[in-house]
Parts: sequence; C-alpha cells; structure tokens
Amino acid sequence: MQRIGVFVCHCGTNIAATVDVKAVAEALGHEPGVVISQDYQYMCSESGQNLVKDAIKEHDLGGVVICSCSPRMHENTFRKAAASAGLNPYLVEIANIREQCSWIHKDIATATEKAIILGKAAIAKVHLNTPLTSMESPVVKRALVIGGGIAGIQTSLDIAEAGFDVDIVEKQPTIGGKMAQIDKTFPTLDCAACILTPKMVEASQNEHITIHSFSEVEDVKGFVGNFTVKIRKKARYVDETKCTGCGLCTEKCPMKKVPNEFNMGLDNRSAVYIPFAQAVPKVATIDPNYCMMLKNGKCGVCSKVCSVGAIDYKQQDRIIEEKYGAIVVATGFNPIKLDKYDEFAYSQCPDVVTSLELERLMNAAGPNGGTLLRPSDKTHPHTIVFVQCVGSRCDDSKGKPYCSKICCMYTAKHAMLIREKYPDTEVYVFYIDVRTPGKNFDEFYRRAVEQYNVHYIKGMVGKVTPKSDGKIGVQASDLLSNEQLHIDADMVVLAAAIEPDKTARPLATMLTTQMDTNDFFTEAHPKLRPVESATAGIFLSGACQGPKDIPETVAQGSAAAAKAIGLLCKNSITCNPCTAHSNELMCNGCSSCEKVCPYGAITYIDKEFRMPDRTTAIRRVASVNPAVCQGCGACTVACPSGAMDLSGFSNSQIMAEVDAICK
Amino acid sequence: MNKNLKEQVLRSSGVNVLKCMRCGKCSGTCPSYDEMEYHPHQFVYMVEKGDIETLMKSESIYKCLTCFACVDRCPRGVQPAKVVEAVRLAAIRQQDGNHLSPDQIPSLLDEDLPQQAIVTAMRKYAK
Repeated sequence: MQRIGVFVCHCGTNIAATVDVKAVAEALGHEPGVVISQDYQYMCSESGQNLVKDAIKEHDLGGVVICSCSPRMHENTFRKAAASAGLNPYLVEIANIREQCSWIHKDIATATEKAIILGKAAIAKVHLNTPLTSMESPVVKRALVIGGGIAGIQTSLDIAEAGFDVDIVEKQPTIGGKMAQIDKTFPTLDCAACILTPKMVEASQNEHITIHSFSEVEDVKGFVGNFTVKIRKKARYVDETKCTGCGLCTEKCPMKKVPNEFNMGLDNRSAVYIPFAQAVPKVATIDPNYCMMLKNGKCGVCSKVCSVGAIDYKQQDRIIEEKYGAIVVATGFNPIKLDKYDEFAYSQCPDVVTSLELERLMNAAGPNGGTLLRPSDKTHPHTIVFVQCVGSRCDDSKGKPYCSKICCMYTAKHAMLIREKYPDTEVYVFYIDVRTPGKNFDEFYRRAVEQYNVHYIKGMVGKVTPKSDGKIGVQASDLLSNEQLHIDADMVVLAAAIEPDKTARPLATMLTTQMDTNDFFTEAHPKLRPVESATAGIFLSGACQGPKDIPETVAQGSAAAAKAIGLLCKNSITCNPCTAHSNELMCNGCSSCEKVCPYGAITYIDKEFRMPDRTTAIRRVASVNPAVCQGCGACTVACPSGAMDLSGFSNSQIMAEVDAICK
Repeated sequence: MNKNLKEQVLRSSGVNVLKCMRCGKCSGTCPSYDEMEYHPHQFVYMVEKGDIETLMKSESIYKCLTCFACVDRCPRGVQPAKVVEAVRLAAIRQQDGNHLSPDQIPSLLDEDLPQQAIVTAMRKYAK
C-alpha cells in the first residue's frame, strides 16, 4: 500500500464556489492509503507547491493526488514540485475538478459528490503508478515549411537567418502564393510585387533554403525533432537544373488556349508556361493536360527551340525522403466557389467578378495590361457595384460562419484605386458592417468615403440581373434611407469569403494535427500558444490558422519561425516516458497494433521462446520503439489479446479508475 | 410591447429573429418592396422588439407574395417570409370582437345561404 497525499485546490472561487472543497478533502482523507489530505486556496502558487513538497518529505509519500484544474494547465508544475522533493514525477496524478466538474455544474451537492468520485479514481490509479524515467532523443537540425506563400517565405527566411537549413514545399510551379496575384496592398497602396519579389529572390538565393516547387508532401512519419517526410516532386517535363527561364518555349508553343490560373482564368497561357515574370524558380513547366506532345505524341516544338535541351517528355514524378526536426504549415487560403449564389449571377455574367479577379484586371501584368476593362466587351466601366460579405458570416447551410476579415479593407482599396484612376466612374459599396480594426485601417476607409467619394451604402444586394443591353441590374436595399435601390451597373465585384486550401485537410491527417469545423488548423492555445499546433514540433503560419491580412501573416510567420528555431537549437529533447510496450508472452503476432499506430513505432520481430516442454519455438511478436512512440494508446485498444500496455496509463490503472468511479 | 403576441408569432413562425445580422438582403431581394409600408427586414426587427400590433394594423401583411425569395437568400437562415405569415395569422385569428350575434341573423337570411354557414359563423366568432 502506497502512502498517498491528497491536495484539494480552491482555485480562488473557480472550484470553491461550486465544490465544497473542505468536504472533498475530508472524504478523500478516509480513502485507503491516504495519510494526508488538505485543501488550499491556490495549490499552484509557490506556497501551495511548498505544501506539497513539505508533505512529501514529512509523510514520506509514495504518491500524490492533486484535485485541481486540467492536467494541461498544471500537471507539469506539480510534477516538477514532486521531483524537487525527491519523488518520481510520474507518481503525481491530477483529478480535474475544475474543467470537468466545477465549471460545468451549478449544484454544489452534486458537484461535490462528483469531485469526490474523481478524486477517488485518481487515488485508485496512483496506487498502481510506477516511477518512470524520461529518455532523450536527438533533434534533426532542419525545418520543413509546407507552402511557399508570403507566410512560408517569411518563416523560411527567419529560420535560415538563424543558421538552420529549411526546405520549402510548394505545390505550384512558383513560390509567391496569393500575394503574387495581388495588385496593391492596403493601407499604404504600395505594389504587392515590389515588396514580395525581393523576398522571393532572397529565399531562392539563401544558402540555407531549398525550394521544392511543383511538389507536394506525400507522407509524414516520426515525431517532434525527428520527422521523416516523403515529398513528391511532380513531373514538370522540364529539367530544372538546365532550364534558364528564357521563355522561348512559351512563345513558340502552338497550344495557346489554356486558361491562365495566375490571371484567374481571365486570359490564356501556353501549354508550356512560366506563371509570371518574377516566378521563383524561373523554370518552365509543361501542363500535361494540354501539351499535344504528351497527349498524342505530335508537336515537340518546345524541345526543338530549347537551346539547353531542358525539355524532357519522359520525366516522371519523383519521391524524395528527408528528415526534419520541425514542420511549419503555411498552406494558406482560397476564395470560395460562388456557384451556389445564383442571385449574384456570377456564373452567368462575365462582368460579375470576384475581388481577386479584379486584382488581376487592374494589374499591369494582368489580362488588360493594367487598364480596367469589362471582361465581356473590353469597354471601360462607368458604374461599379461592390458587394461585401459574399459567403461570409453565413448560416452553416449558406456559407462560412466566420468573417473573412480582409474584405472590408481590400474593397476600400479597390474603390479608392478605381476612383483615383478613373474619376468618371461611380463606385457603390454595399456593406453590412465596415470592419477596419488595424493600424491606419479606419483612416484608410474614411479616405475612400471622404476624399474619393465612394458611395458606401448600408444594406445588401438582393439580386443581380444581366440585361440585354450589356448593363447589369442591381437590386439592393438601403437600410438607412429605408428604400430599395435599382442601379444599372457595368461591373459587379463580389467580396468572396476565403477558406483554407483544400490540401490542408489531408495534410492535417498526415501530421496528426487538429482542425476546426472550417478546416482551419487549431492552435495549441487560442491566446497563449497561437502559432503552435497541439502536436509537438508542428507550427502554424499564416491564413491556414484563420483569415489574416499580409501584416498579420508576416507577423505569425516570424513567430512560427521563432518557435521552430527554439526547437532546432536544442541538441536533444526529453521524450514522454509514457510509451507502449508489449508483453511478448501474450502477443499473438496479429499486427493489429502495427496497423493503428500513427507514428510507425511498432515493428514485428521473430523471437525465440522456450516452451514448457523445454523445446524452443520462434514466434512473431510486436516490438515498440520507445523513441518513436508518443503514448497515444491506440495500440492498447486495438490489441485483442491484451498484450499491449501503456506505461503510466496501464490497463490495470484504467480499470482501477473505472472501478473506483463505479463503486 | 405585447409579450404574449410576440410569443405567439415566434412560436407559429418557428423563426429565431435573433439570428438576424441586419444586412437587409431580404429587403434587397423583395419584389413587393415598393408596395409595402413595412419591409421584410423591418418585420424581423419589429417582431424582435415586440411591436407586433403596428404590423398587424398595416396592409403590408397582405402585400407579401410569400414568394420566399427572402427565405432563400437570407445569409443567416432567418426566414423573414415566415415571420410575415405568422403576423398575418395573428391578425386573422384576433377577431373576437366581430362575431355574429343571434339578433343579426334574421336580416342576413336569404334562400341561397346554406344554414350551415350561419351556424359556423356563430360558433367560430361567438365568445
């Protein structure tokens, strides 16, 4: 029988207001093995910890139960306190009587009863706790950044600056992401390319940074400090090491009718292409869906004109494998598809465009060379209507429930730029709320109204109707003057909601990180750990974690880099000793555990056993690599023979807890 | 503010008016807008405030075409047309005062009027 100490925390009134802590301490004091049971106002405070330490020494405790908040908050605090008093830290158990009791109950009598039961379960478990010792595991001093937009570029540059090697994996043929497509940036109106392309060049020239463009993460194995990642380098049918980016092949390619995704499909590109002039790496890529040589073996023009012989029609996807200590996710966002919003006629009328399409229409490298023209008839628009919150702030069945955050500002930017460049154009902005928190943001919006005379109307567009004379009928409400407006517009611009990139969900599964219902990555703590995922060694950068503008994205990119650097600086990290182990005499070699292990920690070995009749037999049994095991417990549940067990959370400990609760 | 009336309208419409974010898309989409004294977004807001008697007296309740364009397009799924419908029902049901009294019946009788209609009118509207 262990000598156990029980310590019940008031947590101010967080626990004490709903749970009779004195009664809990009194009741748990009568449990078998408990030699001391006391309550205290703040057990996590220094004097509270001293209470625990002194009791360990004075009563020669062999186990400690703390009834307090979630172990995610203070388990470490009390483990350290126990260790400093000479007790193995894994002989401390936390009974969560705050999040799982006082905060969710109102009735004092029932909450107190439940707190006592939770305490009893922890006492039952701690009786079976055994001292555990942590091991050390080395850290691979190399980081992987998934996504080469401004978030990924910033993170990579910062990690490289600290002297560590970084690999960027970008699925497009070039890095740059959405920012490369943007014309001007708010609130300073400086040109996006002018501030982005130097960073792209810096990334490509940095000796510590390797860019895997046109590549995707295929598989992730391992754990913090020691990830093994398979990267698929997609066949671009051009030898990256030979191509000089001269662009001759793109000029001579006869297949010129391919929708240009960089210009949002508003113009065409050739089948062999370089996305834009400042692309990094500046290497051509052949689109196999359109290349006539790859489709039916006839053409070969690009190969003939290429002076360095870089074209390779036989190129195959290649899979490379690398080891990393830290992974930063920077997968970014996309505007949502607008097919289901029939009322805005986006699919019927080419002059109804999204805001990102307008960026391209206004950009010097865009389809019209920077002159704003209607896509349908290439005439200058004189009346433009902007619609805010298209698909944002919606009921779940209608769109995204969140505010996309960036639309108010970029719409003000668009309205202002149009009024500046084309003063004869009337610009209407229909808004529900104008949300401009941010440095110099509201001033920027007010400038659009006061200086540029953009008509901001509180209300929503209800219906958009393309007319036979080429105009677009816009029917909307003006809530402040309580009237319905009918505007004959030349163009309608929809501020489409943004959503995480579609590749994020499968990636989250590979990384065993969590996502919210909108597929944004979940941070480890919404306030205090905003750039870390709950999975150790995985960090979050940019809009993959939530809608963000460029300054916020860059700030988060640098923050994620700082966290990654903090990890890469260490030579080794302390492993969790709560790992699985298999009882070889009970293991029947079925492989169930191997299949469910998300970390690849389990292998099967052939081992010689002495049988009862003094013969030997070779049996196939599971073997766990404790350095790789993260202690998730999936194998212990899957094992049909009960051979697999988890240190610190053994089957007998769990059953003891259940028994204590059901008693 | 008539609390019972508000309860009745909320219950019979099945609408949670608190979901409204005041975007005005319902009124932006309404084909009967110009015919109405109170517009779809005002219906939602006035029901939230409990100002239902004003709506019941307005002819707007009969101007709604029940085309459900507002229901289809509301980003928050508020269903304004169902609120209008519920106010209309409340107005129709609240006719205690104008039931037929037996004294009125003889003058209304004629050979073509089915006797059943008179009995129904009495039962329906009698206190």
